[in-house]
Amino acid sequence: MRRPEASFAFASRLSVDCARLRPGARLTAVDAVAAQFTGVAYEVGGRSVLKGLDFTVARGRVTAIMGPSGTGKTTLLRLLTGQIQPTAGQVTVEGLDLAVLDRRGLYALRRRMGMLFQNGALLTDLDVYENVAFPLREHTDLPEAVIERIVLMKLESVGLRGAARLQPAELSGGMARRVALARAIVMDPQLLIYDEPFAGLDPIALGMVLKLIRDLNQTLGITSIVVSHDVHVIEQLADHAVLLSGGRVAAAGRPAELAANPDPTVRQFMSGSAEGPVAFHYPARDRVADFLGGAP
Amino acid sequence: MMPTGLTAVLAKFGRFTWFLGRLVAGIPSTLRRPRLLVEQVHMTGALSLVIIMLSGLFVGMVLGLQGYDLLRRFGSTEYLGTAAALGLLRELGPVITALLFAGRAGTAITSEIGLMLATDQLAAMEMMAVDPVRRICVPRFLGGVLSMPLLAAIFATIGIFGAQLVGVTIMGVDAGQFWSQMRGAVELRDVTEGVLKSLAFGLACSAIAVYEGYHAIPTAEGVGRATTRTVVTSSIAVLAIDYMLTAVLL
Repeated sequence: MRRPEASFAFASRLSVDCARLRPGARLTAVDAVAAQFTGVAYEVGGRSVLKGLDFTVARGRVTAIMGPSGTGKTTLLRLLTGQIQPTAGQVTVEGLDLAVLDRRGLYALRRRMGMLFQNGALLTDLDVYENVAFPLREHTDLPEAVIERIVLMKLESVGLRGAARLQPAELSGGMARRVALARAIVMDPQLLIYDEPFAGLDPIALGMVLKLIRDLNQTLGITSIVVSHDVHVIEQLADHAVLLSGGRVAAAGRPAELAANPDPTVRQFMSGSAEGPVAFHYPARDRVADFLGGAP
Repeated sequence: MMPTGLTAVLAKFGRFTWFLGRLVAGIPSTLRRPRLLVEQVHMTGALSLVIIMLSGLFVGMVLGLQGYDLLRRFGSTEYLGTAAALGLLRELGPVITALLFAGRAGTAITSEIGLMLATDQLAAMEMMAVDPVRRICVPRFLGGVLSMPLLAAIFATIGIFGAQLVGVTIMGVDAGQFWSQMRGAVELRDVTEGVLKSLAFGLACSAIAVYEGYHAIPTAEGVGRATTRTVVTSSIAVLAIDYMLTAVLL
């Protein structure tokens, strides 16, 4: 028999679950800090992707991670969510060192996090409604009527209540992203991670998603981490921005401060210029040799 | 020092064994959610029925023809029913069903899981604190294990009907002798042997299909290669296990 009162209390149990750490684990909570990177380096196949990252994500703020393509932003997100471990340094989320969490501890932490994937990552064998209901069905014993109300409310907030019974294949890229956003917030997470949330959105949807991220941050105090290339949107949205370049933090501060930063790398990225220290062209041999004869 | 190739094979076998352990450990949680299991029995079993029944019919008919020709040389055509039933129950039913299962359901499982991997669906589940091995892999594995003996039983039944169709209806073997000889010769242990084999094949084929999908390189080519590996590895595994079980059970 279902026990709704137990279901409603699931959130309070999470903090207990989070204490399921391996021997030797310790809490390093600092109230103002939602996540922290301390000397984080990551190598794969002998190639250094991140080289000694140091920055903090303030609780209840919107923090933007920016940087040119291939600079390690996605790797940073994977480190932040415990999908991979750093080769050096420490990543802490909600005061917990991810390296010492066992699987159950990591899952308990992830129940307090939401992530919006770049492509939405909707489950293709479920319709829109069931996709949004998925975390509720997996983690709670809520009655169907309650699940229905929560799901429709979240879909309403992204403007897709009417699309509840569509299949993912029937959605445009922007709609799929909005459904994924509804799914990411359905468990009312404390930390929301957005991987390129604005890519491919039309101006109306972009404005709506922008407002939604802001509202979630201001009304519920949700900490948001937004990975985006869109400098103008980040200027409107973020309280704090971290600019990565070459696997390091090139600059950090308020977006307005970054815009005024004299560093050539920062100026090039913020102005969108092809000329500057960040090479647009992949290293290649001389143009004359390629265009006027000879095989590569 | 061992050669690199052998080391790689041993390492893969080790990973497979570890993964199989995770699948088995996840069985209780799947049994608590029977809807997931029923869905997979439908996907792997019910949707394979047409190919299994058609194949069973034709294999039985060929068996009827070949068996009749062979037995006629010794003047023993009345044993056609016995030969067909024993061949189908103990050997052809489980083996051919397993090979067809690998080609139809096995490839579907591998490509489905591989595509879920390539489109970040499994990563999204991980991020929602849902273990994709328990939620996706275990129901498919268990569904395959349960479906295989049922499919093999249907294959053998239809096959016997095919042999009867050719032997009795076309070639003129006496129907009474066909059925009575079969009834007298086929024992419970013959049926048990077939069931045991098909359970073992179901376990091997399902585990290989799920493993290959879950460990596919998340690209179109990677998923394609994983699907091919499922068919090749499953086929070899079925034939090898068949020999070993036959040697033990005879």
